[in-house]
Amino acid sequence: MGIINKTLRDLSNQKVSRRKFMQAGGALGIASAAPGLLVGSAAQAAMPVKGGHLSIAMPHGSSSDSTDPIQLISGHSIMMFYSIHNTLTEVTPDGQLVPLLAESYEPGADPTEWIFKLRSGVTFHNGKSVTSDDVITSIGRHIGEDSASSMKSFIENVDSITKDGDLVVKFKLKEGNVDFPVILSDSVLSILPSKDGEIEAFDVGCGVYRLAEFQPGQYSKYERYADHYKTDRGFLDTAELLTIADATARQNALITGEVDVVGDVDRATAERLGATADIDILNVQSPKHYTFPMRVDLPPFDNNHVRMALKLSIDREAVLETILSGYGSLGNDQPISPNNRYFNHELEQRVYDPEKAKWHLKQAGLDSLEVELSAADNLYKGATDTAVLYSEHAKASGINIIPNQVPDDGYWKDVWLQHPWCASYWSGRPTEDWMFTQAYSGSSNWNETYWKNERFDELLVAAKSELDEDKRRQMYWEMQALVRDDGGAVIASFANHVSGVSSRAGIPEVVAGNWNYDGYKLIERWWNKG
Amino acid sequence: MLAQRILLGLLTLFAISLIIFLAVSMLPGDAAEAILGQAATPETVAALRRQLGLDLPPHIRYLDWLGGILQGDFGTSIGNGREINEVLGTRVYNTIFLALFAASIAVPLALFCGILAALYRNSLYDRTVNVVTLSSISTPEFFVAYILLLLISVKAGWLPSLSNVRLDTTFTEHLEKTLLPALVLTLVSMAHMMRMTRAAIINLLANAYIEMAALKGMKRFRIIVHHALPNAWAPIVNVVVINLAYLIVGVIVVEVVFVYPGLGQYLVDAVQRRDMPVVQACCLIFAATYVILNLIADILSILTNPRLLHPK
Repeated sequence: MGIINKTLRDLSNQKVSRRKFMQAGGALGIASAAPGLLVGSAAQAAMPVKGGHLSIAMPHGSSSDSTDPIQLISGHSIMMFYSIHNTLTEVTPDGQLVPLLAESYEPGADPTEWIFKLRSGVTFHNGKSVTSDDVITSIGRHIGEDSASSMKSFIENVDSITKDGDLVVKFKLKEGNVDFPVILSDSVLSILPSKDGEIEAFDVGCGVYRLAEFQPGQYSKYERYADHYKTDRGFLDTAELLTIADATARQNALITGEVDVVGDVDRATAERLGATADIDILNVQSPKHYTFPMRVDLPPFDNNHVRMALKLSIDREAVLETILSGYGSLGNDQPISPNNRYFNHELEQRVYDPEKAKWHLKQAGLDSLEVELSAADNLYKGATDTAVLYSEHAKASGINIIPNQVPDDGYWKDVWLQHPWCASYWSGRPTEDWMFTQAYSGSSNWNETYWKNERFDELLVAAKSELDEDKRRQMYWEMQALVRDDGGAVIASFANHVSGVSSRAGIPEVVAGNWNYDGYKLIERWWNKG
Repeated sequence: MLAQRILLGLLTLFAISLIIFLAVSMLPGDAAEAILGQAATPETVAALRRQLGLDLPPHIRYLDWLGGILQGDFGTSIGNGREINEVLGTRVYNTIFLALFAASIAVPLALFCGILAALYRNSLYDRTVNVVTLSSISTPEFFVAYILLLLISVKAGWLPSLSNVRLDTTFTEHLEKTLLPALVLTLVSMAHMMRMTRAAIINLLANAYIEMAALKGMKRFRIIVHHALPNAWAPIVNVVVINLAYLIVGVIVVEVVFVYPGLGQYLVDAVQRRDMPVVQACCLIFAATYVILNLIADILSILTNPRLLHPK
């Protein structure tokens, strides 16, 4: 039927043809000024309906997927964990961090200590009560030498976890971190039932839905857990999550009515899908961004003039229109998105400027430049195409970019962090600290540009325990400027989450943008209109 | 002779398992790196390797696996610790179901069209059937699949677009859900069998005994079915069996387009995650398929040839 935009970009646009056109503020950052909702003319502020069933299809999922959150490897797993488990905290659709399984949390004397008070009377699907022991076991297993957890680097800052009775848990940190509670909202740190310090069962949780059936790589089925403590969610009686890797197969399934929601719609054909009767395209602004990290430890990228020349040689508007078909927004060579709490909106948008790029090349003592840019086809849709397009744009600056197509298989191991220049992407992180610590701090394992900036690293540590809001903002703003003007990443665009939705599915007013599929919590947040 | 063939078959399987093991070991990265992906750090990779037993030397891992196989145990998936035997059971069933379903349409149809083509050689019918089958075999499978999906499923709404069968799917539902992929496979496998039938029969038509039958005033159709066909079975059977093998091991693209949980998808997932035991299990089944089907082809050729059946 049309396109439902959950973005900030087109807020003023109210005149979109005869099609139904809904607009809402997507929400990304923690505690951003609530973007709220703007509903267009034909949209109805629908109330959730209880009961019914929804089938959701996503491309993610593999037959080696597991129910153990420590081995989180696919989007299917994330959605499953968020549906059947609860975390201590959660990010709301409008981007606030709120306690979930915890009733409340607060720092101790300083941000090196955090005290979480658990809700009383919460039970797992097997009837067992949720206690502080479950929290200690579930989170403790990610820490320590033997941990193979993907969250290890972030949770390692925890020095000890102790309990004070059945319902109070204290985290003692090695270094103060104001944003620590955010980390506990990650699905990897779901709270599972424990017995004598070991996880009792992986398919049992305390989430809104119980896992009825799980066939890795194929589908998972959910049934509402009647005794869940939250009443503002869990409208569906049952739900089903299917793995459909092929984009065309997903679209067909939506058109034939075999599924109600499909994620990761092919952007190039999204508009046509949206023109189908009873199908809307849901377009949600997100912090997901595509980067071209240059290794600043290697020539020629060790010279900032070369980096600047390359940053000025990509036509961002053209990338947004051709590669993303307009479903995204412009990047400004730094990873913090417009809806983050401390997004620096005073930074000027970098534009395509071959003349200025030439000047920078000259400053670097070069007349021309030849560099190789590695990309793999399935890294994200359009990765190699962007490299080719970039190569065309850069010719005007006298730069010859040679697109180097490499295999998808083993990309993260053999190409990323290895090749001098390659394509990469980040789903975005809920906080500035998380994003910067993971991908830009000099000591990170994921510092994809090998960029080490003393001032930046200093600010990063200081901002972690800075309680003064204004000072903290000042720090993050300066860091964004540093990454933009000195860092090694070319960040040309942020990509929206594009889904196809049948008219049977009820969509909440505010759809989360922090992750796809309504923050991966679609099953507990959406409903069937009946 | 049969015992010798079976023994050789087993030897082939053993050699294949060794080659697969070496080939997958040579792929860049292992399961630990594949599972952790972008999130990998040297410490977590090392820890996961220890937990998965990947730090053991390759020959020990191979012998462990071989020991299990000899007792009929394919082991557990590295990715999620599930028993491979359990998953494999349904996947093999699904794959064979689809292959037999497609074959049950394709083989009779191909034979029938082939015989008619031989009968009306160089006629308009002959040319048409050749053009149609050759076009469909020359088109990529996924394209044939998309076209059929568009016409039969999306536009007409006669059949579902997903072939996502479940454990609780009944036999008739299973037939309904797999009819579209079976038709696709029929289209892409028919040309080979049809043309071989036609060629093998035409080849025989020049023989004196056919001429004799014709001179006796026998109808052409009767000559072909009763006199030519029995002598043409050997090459036809071989082609049919090769196509059957293809229907079992080569339909991954069709599985993806129709979201059909067969062996191909399982194998691809496992290779991506470097899930060695699963890769080994799938490859072994594929190899066994070829060995067994070739054996059957040989036996059938002997049975249809009196000279081989009753050697002097």
